[in-house]
Amino acid sequence: MEKIIVIGNGMVGYKFCEKLRAKADKNKFEITVFGEEPHAAYDRVHLSEYFTNPSVSHLEMAPRSWYEENDINLISGEMINAIDRNNKTVTSHKGTQLPYDKLILATGSSAFVPPIKGVEKEGVFVYRTIEDLDAIIEYSKKTKKAAVMGGGLLGLEAAKAMMDLKQETHVIEFAPRLMPRQLDNAGSDALLTKMQELGIKLHLNKNTRNIAGEGQMTGMEFADDSNLDVEMLVISAGIKPRDELATQCGLAVGQRGGIVVNDLLQTDDTDIFAIGECALHKNFIYGLVAPGYEMADVVVNQLIGGEEKSFKSYDMSTKLKLIGVDVASFGNALCENEDHKPIVFEDKHTGIYKRINISEDGKRLLGGILVGEAEAYNMLLQVTLNGMALPPNPEDLILGSRGGEETKMELPDSAQVCSCENVTKGDICQAVIDNELEDIEQVKTCTKAGTGCGACNPIVKDIFNEQLAKMGKTVKNVICEHFDYSRQEILDIIKIKKIQDYNQLLNDHGTGDGCETCRPLVASLLASTWNEMILDKGKDSLQDTNDKYLANIQKGGSYSVVPRIPGGEITPDKLIVIGQVAKKYDLYTKVTGGQRIDLFGAQIHQLPDIWEELINAGFESGHAYGKSLRTVKSCVGSTWCRYGLHDSVSFSIEVEERYRGLRSPHKLKGGVSGCRRECAEAQSKDFGIIATEEGWNLYVCGNGGSNPQHAQLLAGDIDSETCLKYIDRFLMFYIKTAEPLNRTATWLNKLDGGLDYLIDVVVNDSLGIAADLEKEMEFMVDTYKCEWKEVVNNPELRKRFTHFVNTEIPDPTMKFEDMRGQKKPVEWGA
Amino acid sequence: MTEVTAEYKTVKSEEVKVWHKAASVDAFPTDGGAAIEYKGLQVAIFNFSRRGEWYASQNLCPHKKQMILSRGMLGSEGQEPKVACPFHKKTFSLKTGVNLNGSECDLATYPVKVEEGYVYVGFSQ
Ligand code: SRM
Ligand SMILES: Cc1cc2nc3c(=O)[nH]c(=O)nc-3n(C[C@H](O)[C@H](O)[C@H](O)COP(=O)(O)OP(=O)(O)OC[C@H]3O[C@@H](n4cnc5c(N)ncnc54)[C@H](O)[C@@H]3O)c2cc1C
Ligand code: SF4
Ligand code: FES
Repeated sequence: MEKIIVIGNGMVGYKFCEKLRAKADKNKFEITVFGEEPHAAYDRVHLSEYFTNPSVSHLEMAPRSWYEENDINLISGEMINAIDRNNKTVTSHKGTQLPYDKLILATGSSAFVPPIKGVEKEGVFVYRTIEDLDAIIEYSKKTKKAAVMGGGLLGLEAAKAMMDLKQETHVIEFAPRLMPRQLDNAGSDALLTKMQELGIKLHLNKNTRNIAGEGQMTGMEFADDSNLDVEMLVISAGIKPRDELATQCGLAVGQRGGIVVNDLLQTDDTDIFAIGECALHKNFIYGLVAPGYEMADVVVNQLIGGEEKSFKSYDMSTKLKLIGVDVASFGNALCENEDHKPIVFEDKHTGIYKRINISEDGKRLLGGILVGEAEAYNMLLQVTLNGMALPPNPEDLILGSRGGEETKMELPDSAQVCSCENVTKGDICQAVIDNELEDIEQVKTCTKAGTGCGACNPIVKDIFNEQLAKMGKTVKNVICEHFDYSRQEILDIIKIKKIQDYNQLLNDHGTGDGCETCRPLVASLLASTWNEMILDKGKDSLQDTNDKYLANIQKGGSYSVVPRIPGGEITPDKLIVIGQVAKKYDLYTKVTGGQRIDLFGAQIHQLPDIWEELINAGFESGHAYGKSLRTVKSCVGSTWCRYGLHDSVSFSIEVEERYRGLRSPHKLKGGVSGCRRECAEAQSKDFGIIATEEGWNLYVCGNGGSNPQHAQLLAGDIDSETCLKYIDRFLMFYIKTAEPLNRTATWLNKLDGGLDYLIDVVVNDSLGIAADLEKEMEFMVDTYKCEWKEVVNNPELRKRFTHFVNTEIPDPTMKFEDMRGQKKPVEWGA
Repeated sequence: MTEVTAEYKTVKSEEVKVWHKAASVDAFPTDGGAAIEYKGLQVAIFNFSRRGEWYASQNLCPHKKQMILSRGMLGSEGQEPKVACPFHKKTFSLKTGVNLNGSECDLATYPVKVEEGYVYVGFSQ
């Protein structure tokens, strides 16, 4: 057996072992791996996740048992400090000596620490290993202000981590811009603004001269005589290849570090290879994992005597993972020394900057930069790497097409889609065909695509769907593994077969035992079809927690109570009752963004008592917990306002009471304004009504939330009766056809024919279903009951509201503290 | 009452020393769960009536350390019975306690038996 020793159990060292075992007969090679770190190889790329989930096993490339199962002798916690090339042995710092036939150096890099006075002080850290992170986390417990030295990719990641550790965070960068190797000035400016919005303080053009403090650091001093008080510093100023072993045994190393290798990754000694971040190829150190994996592949290929394959220079495109701002740069991003024509899109308002570099002849994409929005990254990267011909209007690539067909480019089979695992489009398509893959998870397991940094996941999914479509398999929007139907199909089944029970539906039309996706979805469909009490026997287990307890769950496990206050109108007497109830049960009160009052911090057993008091005072459920109507916001309107055209308050109350309790694919909100000054913000609602001289304008499909969208005019100058009629039809049509959890805006965006079609259906009754829709809505309106009233009056249902079933005590772990004279839950554990 | 994950340890059926009489069967909603307290521990007991099975696990969700799993939703992934946490929908196998859609720590699980209308949970002490 040939003896292989791998020095370094990092990402690349691990990948080498994995590939060698996968490709060669087990009995051909005896593998020993030395790792200096105490842990088995872990995913350094996702190291920052350790701050939010400090679990080593989560990061491990493979559990220790994997090494055993694969007959790999893993020796962790031992550093090799000598190689004897004459006798072909290595020796560890503990004195272990072992012979080798072939030696693989996969020693990676360490963080580069610039020679600044004071770097040895307590409170100065680097950011490379789990130990580093443990030390940072520990130290941060007693500090409030931290700085990161280096505004590159890693530095920004470290800055995000400092934010997560609740530090006031500063980033110090020597260059005049952020991510100087990936971004131009305008790109850096856009990123800068975004980072400042996140609360990170940035200092550019800063040359650190000294780290101040006695023993412990207390601040930083810069060459321009300014200084900064910080208690902790994380240095992220670049990497230093670990080539000390190579030097010790006389192998060539580069002037600025790195073990010199040829295209076959051989060092000067043909029995010794170097791969990963320690290898200097054509005078270049690759600080990314994908080229390291490719190097491992090239070496494995030689060892098993495969077809000749050499290492070629590698693309360095990157996308920032963590910071909450999309940043990507690909191909030749800066084009500093290449003739090119840039196309630039900049929106200072939203902080989006995009630049693509087109070749002089206008035929090819050379590279580019995306800040603020990087959805197009995968596609642009593929166009660049594959030298694909550009569309006639290349600006569409970053602007999206304005009118007309969408710009979509067909990738060649050879396009490398996942660079971490080197998977091409062809590999994915072939795997789908050969193994008859039917879901995206299988594709990932089978091809490994998307299992590295994960950046390619969206494109992998697209390719998978396209391939299925090509094979004539329909890509269906089935709701989950338990039902092979779309939401609309299930609704049809429920109606046609008159199904009233989830288990019956699952037995007859599904498989398995359901899940958190299909249960609440079916519950909502049953409710919007039969309008029965949602907590009736058998239905309660289908409801999301909020629906199950008719209240919204909050941090710590307490609930909020939101009584309906239609149109935002409330009498002083009712206000007093809310105050009294809040006081009696010690609830935090806040006026919501929906013109009503939210009472927070009720314990589960208190809910029925609280509601009993509210109901006795004439309140009813506000359905803040349900996918159902929330509020119909109003302005004060013509009764008081000098501009008011009609009585918007009365109308909003009428509308709110009409649709209260109506279950739908997502929540519903309305608004009524008394004139076009629009104080009720009706145009941001699912349906918005604005008074005109002649009557009302009805707008539909508006949305606040993360993707705000204005509502659009469905019908103008209509009377109140027509207005309600149209809303009846509109809402029922939406309820019947929308996918789960699609607000009306999203639904309209996907609706074939868009607004014109909707107007046709609702106003012109083009499908001839208007009368049915109205009838169905009438049934809902007539059968409405306040759910809380039913619970309060039903001792069986009331019994459900306890924390324990074997003792009366409430949950003793629930804790509150004081803030501005009211209570708040203690922050939850990480 | 303990919110320390480490204090919840899986009890295998052969390790049971005490069968704690938790509550009568009808205290547990069909296809749902309820919590009990036992010597400072909070345990969620699940009545998976659709499958005719009972399960028990720690009530503490390892994700944000919330005492909540008894209010979670039951379901299955392939053959595996599971519960979804109400807060962020992390799902855990009811058989092994393993987090199925992420890398949270495993839940401790406990044996359950039903005798003469009462539900019992097995503890090792
Ligand atoms: C209480 C309140 C904030 C406040 O203190 O003012 C609030 C609180 C929550 N909102 Fe909201 N939203 C509140 C007004 C709004 C508004 C403003 C409005 O309604 O005029 C919006 C933007 C308008 C819109 O919806 O188009 C709003 C957009 C959202 C969204 C984003 C929806 C979207 O389409 O993108 C969510 C997430 C979701 O529903 O999936 C959300 C979800 C939530 C949840 C339910 C999050 C959760 O699951 O726990 C919060 C529940 C807190 C609770 O337990 O009560 N909340 N939320 C407001 C309650 C209004 C009410 O009286 O019912
Ligand atoms: C926070 C962070 C985020 C990153 N994000 C990305 C990213 O998004 N995308 C990307 O492509 N790359 C990223 N990287 C870089 C990526 O992690 C490295 O390129 C990759 O880990 C290199 O793998 P390697 O095996 O060559 O080196 P390493 O992973 O450093 O492994 C080398 C191992 O060898 C050990 N070793 C060294 N000398 C000896 C010795 N003499 N004896 C025994 N053991 C020894 C070391 O202790 C170490 O464990 C990131 C790095 C960090 C730190
Ligand atoms: S904006 Fe976010 S944090 Fe604020 S209430 Fe709405 S969901 Fe909660
Ligand atoms: S607390 Fe359970 S999933 Fe977040």
